[in-house]
Amino acid sequence: MDAIATIQPKAMRDTLLLSLYEAMLRDNDIFLVTADFGSPVMDKIRADVPQQVVNVGIAEQNLINVSAGLALEGFKVFAYAIAPFITMRCYEQIRVNLALLSEVRPMNVNLIGVGAGYSYVVSGPTHQCYEDLTVMRAFPNMRIYSPADQVAAAELPGRCLSSDGPKYLRLDAQVLPVLYSEEPPIFANGFHTHRNGGAVCLLATGYMVHTALKVADRLMASGISVGVIDLFDICGFSEDLLQSVLSSYRGIVTMEEGFRGRGGMDAMMFDYIVRRGLDLRMLNIGVEGGYRFELGERHVLHEHVGIGVERVTEKVRGLMKSLSA
Amino acid sequence: MNMLQFEAGVLEKLNAKAHWVWRETLKIHRQSQETRVASSLSAVEIFVTLYYGGFLRFDPANPLWELRDRCIISKGHGSLCMYPILADLGYFSVTELEKVCKEGSFLGGIPDPVIPGYETINGSLGHGAGVGAGMALGLKRKGRNQSVYVVTGDGELHEGSNWEAFMFAGQHRLDNLTVLVDNNHISMLGPTDEIISHRSLIQKFDAFGWFAIEVADGHSVAAIAKALQDCRREASGKPSAIIVNTRKGNGVPGLQDAPLSHVAAIKPDLIDQLIGER
Repeated sequence: MDAIATIQPKAMRDTLLLSLYEAMLRDNDIFLVTADFGSPVMDKIRADVPQQVVNVGIAEQNLINVSAGLALEGFKVFAYAIAPFITMRCYEQIRVNLALLSEVRPMNVNLIGVGAGYSYVVSGPTHQCYEDLTVMRAFPNMRIYSPADQVAAAELPGRCLSSDGPKYLRLDAQVLPVLYSEEPPIFANGFHTHRNGGAVCLLATGYMVHTALKVADRLMASGISVGVIDLFDICGFSEDLLQSVLSSYRGIVTMEEGFRGRGGMDAMMFDYIVRRGLDLRMLNIGVEGGYRFELGERHVLHEHVGIGVERVTEKVRGLMKSLSA
Repeated sequence: MNMLQFEAGVLEKLNAKAHWVWRETLKIHRQSQETRVASSLSAVEIFVTLYYGGFLRFDPANPLWELRDRCIISKGHGSLCMYPILADLGYFSVTELEKVCKEGSFLGGIPDPVIPGYETINGSLGHGAGVGAGMALGLKRKGRNQSVYVVTGDGELHEGSNWEAFMFAGQHRLDNLTVLVDNNHISMLGPTDEIISHRSLIQKFDAFGWFAIEVADGHSVAAIAKALQDCRREASGKPSAIIVNTRKGNGVPGLQDAPLSHVAAIKPDLIDQLIGER
């Protein structure tokens, strides 16, 4: 049995909340605020450390404001809700009481958003979330963590407790394959290289790391080697280290489960490449065609909007062809 | 608090202080005409009673003193009158009052927590009640006995986030939280009742599980002080709301109770005349 098979697959929220639970048992100053959103581990937390938990009900504006008030009283706060609601329903509360206020007051508030991208597959576009990277990276002091598996997610509470400021933890709602079976990624770097390749590197975040690995497998089957990088610290990765890794490539492909060309990870990487003066061709993979209401399995929906394995493989082949032309 | 607050000498001092704050607020507005003066004049006696009436514990030398009572000024637009109060109490030099809205000053048209004595971001409306509820819950969970006061306005209560906070505070019996509503009855484009009437704020707060009382004359420091005392005495197990009926632009002819007073400026010669008269 290999190492991956020894880890029971779980949802990111469960491994993250389990880490948080263990930290809450050790530290009375950690507070968990939920907008009536749960999980089996949440039930355990509510039962075992009730003095460090509060449910504000389905009220995300108050979720943020109460979290801010608790943080001002010295608590290290984790606020927990569904991703589109904890980011966009209460956007101005985040701006005023977390982003702005944390510039002048020490505050540690961490927003846990569950349901990145299409992960609430059958719930449709209200519960899916393709704009969060764009809107959250608009705050200049917001740290955004976008883990690709349950092991990386479990590292987040420790990471968040070690530094003040507002942070957004973008979690997938589904149980995904384990990527970091032997050891968790190094968060100080902000990214992890899964594969080294030839001319092109796939730079993906969250669920799209899994897609990138499948695309890399497909290409490898036809003798093409591409690099695969998991970028999990969207705004705080080590720019020098990434530049060093990318120096061997001629092209990069950004891959996000968010709208393409709307200020998400693609815009972040474009800014990075321009600022650093890197000689790299860039292809951006992101949701195309706006909002849609079709139902179907996630990988099928992904093909519809241009981010599935088939479509991405095709686009990467096109990029490689243009690089060799 | 003991009944000394109601002795004649104390009341005279509070009234004199309120008049001084009223004058100083007008003086600031004279030099910085872009400030919102009408909604600041309605709240003068509320802030004077809180800060000079013995209701708040604070330390101007240490604005974030852990044992202070927290006072969140949620209606940030209408708190120009706080500048002379904070300067007078020693939070910063009175010479700063000459620089309001000027380059390099920390005293802006809408206050921010870079000003010593301000707890949170204000002016963007509807935030104070929720943040105050979070602070009140945090203090309770830590077993602390400090209180949280939030000053809001009837126009501000159109923001739905307030009502999320009021439900929450009632549910969690945050009896260390008091909300004072500067009920000046006028929002930006006219009477609040003609925009979205609150009908009975007392009944609303009561339905939300609060102890709610009304102050008929919100320009009487004695009446506000009595209401604050009543809350402390009666509100065990419940958060408190005090609906303070005030006059927007209080004491200024042409401004007082004028439907469009919110962004109106008072001409300097009228200010000179008013300051000279009173």
